[in-house]
This record gives sequence, structure tokens and C-alpha cells, in this order.
Amino acid sequence: MKSQQDKHTAVLRGVAVSPGIAIGKAFHFDRLESQVSLYKLRDKGLISHEIKRFRDSVAASVRQLREIRRKLGRLEGMDPLYILDVHIMLLKDRSFLTQVTTFIRTMGVNAEWAVRMAIDKYREIFDKVEDEYIRGRFSDIQYAGQQILRNLGGRQKEALPAMDEGVIVIAADLSPADTAQMKIDRVQGFAIDMGGKTSHTAIVARSLEIPAVLGLERISRSVKTNDDVIIDGSAGLVIVNPDPEMLLRFERKKRDYAETRRELLADARLPAVTGDGHAVDIGCNIEFIEEIPSAVTHGADGIGLYRTEFLYINREQLPTEEDHLANYRRVLTAESLRWATIRTLDLGGDKFFSDPKLAKEMNPQMGLRAIRLCLREEELFKVQLRAILRAGAGGNVRILIPMVSGIEEIREAKRILAELQEDLAREAIPAGQDMPVGIMIEVPSAVVIADALAREVDFFSIGTNDLIQYALAIDRINERVSYLYEPLHPAVLRLIRQVVDAGHRAGIPVAMCGEMAGDPLYTLVLLGFGIDELSMNPLAIPRVKRIIRASTQKEARKLLKRVFSYSSASEIRPYVEDYMRKRFPEAFPVAES
Amino acid sequence: MTMIRTFEVRNKLGIHARVAAKLVSVAVRFRSGIFFEKDGSEVNAKSLLGILTMACPQGSFLTVRADGDDAAEAMEQIARLFEEKFGEE
Repeated sequence: MKSQQDKHTAVLRGVAVSPGIAIGKAFHFDRLESQVSLYKLRDKGLISHEIKRFRDSVAASVRQLREIRRKLGRLEGMDPLYILDVHIMLLKDRSFLTQVTTFIRTMGVNAEWAVRMAIDKYREIFDKVEDEYIRGRFSDIQYAGQQILRNLGGRQKEALPAMDEGVIVIAADLSPADTAQMKIDRVQGFAIDMGGKTSHTAIVARSLEIPAVLGLERISRSVKTNDDVIIDGSAGLVIVNPDPEMLLRFERKKRDYAETRRELLADARLPAVTGDGHAVDIGCNIEFIEEIPSAVTHGADGIGLYRTEFLYINREQLPTEEDHLANYRRVLTAESLRWATIRTLDLGGDKFFSDPKLAKEMNPQMGLRAIRLCLREEELFKVQLRAILRAGAGGNVRILIPMVSGIEEIREAKRILAELQEDLAREAIPAGQDMPVGIMIEVPSAVVIADALAREVDFFSIGTNDLIQYALAIDRINERVSYLYEPLHPAVLRLIRQVVDAGHRAGIPVAMCGEMAGDPLYTLVLLGFGIDELSMNPLAIPRVKRIIRASTQKEARKLLKRVFSYSSASEIRPYVEDYMRKRFPEAFPVAES
Repeated sequence: MTMIRTFEVRNKLGIHARVAAKLVSVAVRFRSGIFFEKDGSEVNAKSLLGILTMACPQGSFLTVRADGDDAAEAMEQIARLFEEKFGEE
């Protein structure tokens, strides 16, 4: 190719969040770049028409944002709505409006062009600001501008181009709404400026087995649409315009990866039973119905966690009972899956709004979310619970209540469930009987009173992500303290032991569904506790199962005993890492340098 | 009546979008013309973009000028926002 020589190869390093190799063409995802046509006006007479078109779309944008605000306001009742106020204020800002109309008038360009120029002008001003936080606020102007451009276009633009082959999505940032709008089957890989292991894009990429590298900081500025890109989602590398030799090397690596995976999958369906006969149920965490096939091929015994938040966001109206039911029924369609644990709405601000900076400013994790929101908005809760009860008529469905911090919450939830059960019986609508009701153990207070909670429920599921965050008082999103996030902290391990023991004394099973459950490094430790079910993302299942099959519970107990003889994570971590590497060398390959 | 006062930006994040929005929502309530001056450039306090483009990180100083019959009350309310660090850390 002619242009090959003048494109230079660049290697960028980021956070490896979803393994695998992707090789393909870049697609630069920019909310503004939705193919805006720019042209000069044919004659001066069109200027006033163009200005009117601009003003109308600004007015429409303000109306839409107000409408969104009103809808969200009903649900959330919290502070983050201010970001919408900011966008509305920007749309009404006289200096911005004057700027655009001046461009139309003096340069004779169409409204789209004028809006783009005004945005670019502010980009220039903001780029010069030294303070990084304020510089980042340019994104708000972009959001507002995007809204206007969308209205000028008069229709919603497709979020991905119509391409025959897949693309590698390059973006500065992706909100849950962005990924939800993409034709995900066209996406071969993600390379994003922002984000880390636990950000939303990472979770989506992992669950759909799309290689992804996040936290690249500058990739959106250095890659253009149609550039050749390689993503190594295992090593956290992105190679732009690779030279032919590199390309060959990565094509081989891609084949090797696929082969290893096939080999790994070969025994994925075998049960996770230790050499001394202790069986562990392996669940799969899913968020979309589309992930079920992947759960099956990777060897899940059941759905250990079905997150239902995505039924709520990115849609015009709240989901109806029938919307819920249709999804839940589809979860039950896979015959090889023995059960499905449906978690009720666990909505928090970070999942609802697209601005990632927002999460730093407020405290959504400790706010009005999950069961707290559901008990306050009882009608909202009832719609979902009725659907779950009805789905229970068609299979083995378990109900999982998140974020429980005290006994009243579970009693209240059970009271509502009993009422709904009566209603359904009266209406002669089929519903599951005596469906297991469990709670997430993720608030430290729930651990402390686990013995009392165990008498109220049918099972526990430990949510390690939140439990660790609450117990160690660290905000996972705050990069300055995220180094303290440590599953092997002795306090965390004691909390887990306390929950498992309390559950087993009361005769109820204990599951774990946080990230910790899917990391093979911790498998033996968790086996030592005697946890009954581990639920994880599908990719993690084969490795975890292999480790369980290759060990005994006796060995795991011994390891755990040794672990508890240490008093700090700085002693525990090297010990566990060393032990696991030596014991299961094929599960922990030495990283290529 | 013209009132002029200088304030220090004391909250950690400086004048970011939320704070700027708070300032605008206070400023637009008054008939007086209200302007912020920093390093020789002046912006209209009723314009969010104006305030944002000024870039005021923590520790910077901002001069507020209010011009009009309700200037005193406007200044008082703006002063309160600064004193309360806009309700932030």
C-alpha cells in the first residue's frame, strides 16, 4: 500500500481488561463525528433560515434534556442531575449562542458547521487551561454541542458505521449508553483513553469476550478511523499501524490464543469436584441475555448472578412487568443451566450517568441505591418482583436482594413478596412457589449480623467488590487509594470466613459472586472456606474449574490455615502467589516480557 | 451602586462545572450586572461558559464586580458561596 511508509508504527500501553488479540481497522467513536455535513450557504437569503434552524434545535435540545432530567429526577432524587443542568445552562449560554450565529452570519456556513467551529474554539481555550480537572470539563460542551447537532440532523445517527467486517472501537471515553447503542457484534476490540479493570466497558468487553485495553490516555488523539490497529487485551498493548513483521507475529499469537482457549474449553463442562469429592457449583455472572451461550460453552452450571440494571437504563420508559418477564424467561431457556439467580435492581449513580468524573464527586456507593431505593419506590420494586415470581413458574429461579444492611430490609422485601404471591394466586397467574430468597453480603454490617440474617433467608451471596470497598474504606474509582483494594487483606478474609460459617451453621448455602470468585489466584483460598458456589464471568470458569479438579479440600484448608497465621496482606499475597504458581504452573504462565 | 470584592477559591477542585453552575444560578437572580475578573480578563457571571473558560483552580483569586441597584445583596450571596467553599471540600 502506498500510504504504508508514511504511517509510523506506534505502541501504546494501557490496562489489560479483557484478554485476546484483535486485529482490524480502527473506528474512531466520537459523539460529535456522526457524519455531519458541512457546507457554505448558496445565498445570503438563507442566513436567517439557517439561524432559525439553529435556534430551533437548541430549543429542542433544552426540551429533551429537561425531559431526561424530569424522568431521572423521579427515580433518583439525588444530586448528579446537576450535570444535566450544566448542559442545559450551556445550551442557553448567550456567549455560545452568539458565537454560533455570528459564524453563520459572517462566514455564510450552515448551522452544523458553525456549531462545530464554536465547539472547536472552546476546545482551544480549554486545552490551554493548566488545571486538568477544568480542562476535562470541555466534555460538557461537547455533550451539549452533540445534542444540538443531533437535532439539526433531525434523526438519531447510528453509533457504528455500516461495515461488513468488524471494527476496533477507539474512543476517549465510553458511557454505558454508548456501548448499549453499538452494534456490538461488529466490535472486534476496544481501545479507550479512560477507564480501568472495573469500569463498565471492561465488564462488557470481558463478558462478550471482546479484547480490550483501557486507560490508554491518548489513543483517541493518535488514531484515526481506518488506521490498522492490533489490540493485545492480555498484555494491555495497542499497536497502531504495525509493520508487516509485527502483524505476522500477532496473527500467530491470535491463533495460539484461540487454540489455547479451545484446549481450555475442552474440559470446561466437567464438574468442579475436588480430588476428595467436594463439589463446588460454578455460576456465571451475566448482564445481557446474549451472554448465555458463552456461559454454557465455558462450563457454567447455572446463572449465579443476573444483573438486571440494564433493563432500566438507556430506555425511554421504565420496563414493564412483561419486559422483565420476557428477559427472565430467556435466561431460563438454556437447558444445561440448573438455576438462575436474578438480582433485583442494584441501581447506583455510577451506572446511570455517563460522566465518569461524577462518581468522584459524590458518594453513590453509599447513597440511595439497590434495596434502599426499591423499598422507597415500592411500586417500581413490585413490577420487577412480580415478573421474577412469574418467571419462577418456568424454572429454578432464585431471588437475590442486593445491598442489605439490616434485618428490616429483608423482612420488608419478604413481606412485599408474600403480598405479590397472594395477588398472583388470586389472579390465577402461574408463579413459582417457595422460591429461594437470598441476599448479597456486601455491607460489613450484614457480615456482623450474618447469623441473624441467615435465619431469614435461603442463601447468601458474597459480593466481594463492594464488601472490600466498604470494609477497607476505599473508593475503587479513586485511583489514589485503589492500591489499598486488597482481597487478601486479613480483615477481608475474616469477614468471608464469618459469613460462610454463619451460613453453614444455619444450614444455608453460601455463594460468592464478586471479582474475587473468578480470579484463579484465590480459588484454593476460597475452597478452604468451604464456599458452596462461585459465580464469575464466563472466561474465568475453565481455569477455576481446573484448579478445583486438581486439588483437594484438605489441601485448601491447610493453605487457608497458613494464610490465617499471617497478620498482613503483604505476607499473605506473596505466599499465596508463590504457592499457586508452583502448584498450578499451567494456570499462571510467566508473563512475556 | 457598584460593589467590588476579591475572593480566594478554596475548594479542592476549583471552579468546575458544578460550582460554575451554582454561581450562574445565583447571578441570574439579580438585576445587577455581575462580572468576574481574573488576571486582567473579565467574564460575565451569568454565563457558564464564561466562568468555565476562566479556569480557577484552588488557591486562585477572583475579583467580583456587581453593578446595579441590588448589587449589595448579590455580592452578599456570592460571598457566601465562596465562604462555604461552594458546599465542597
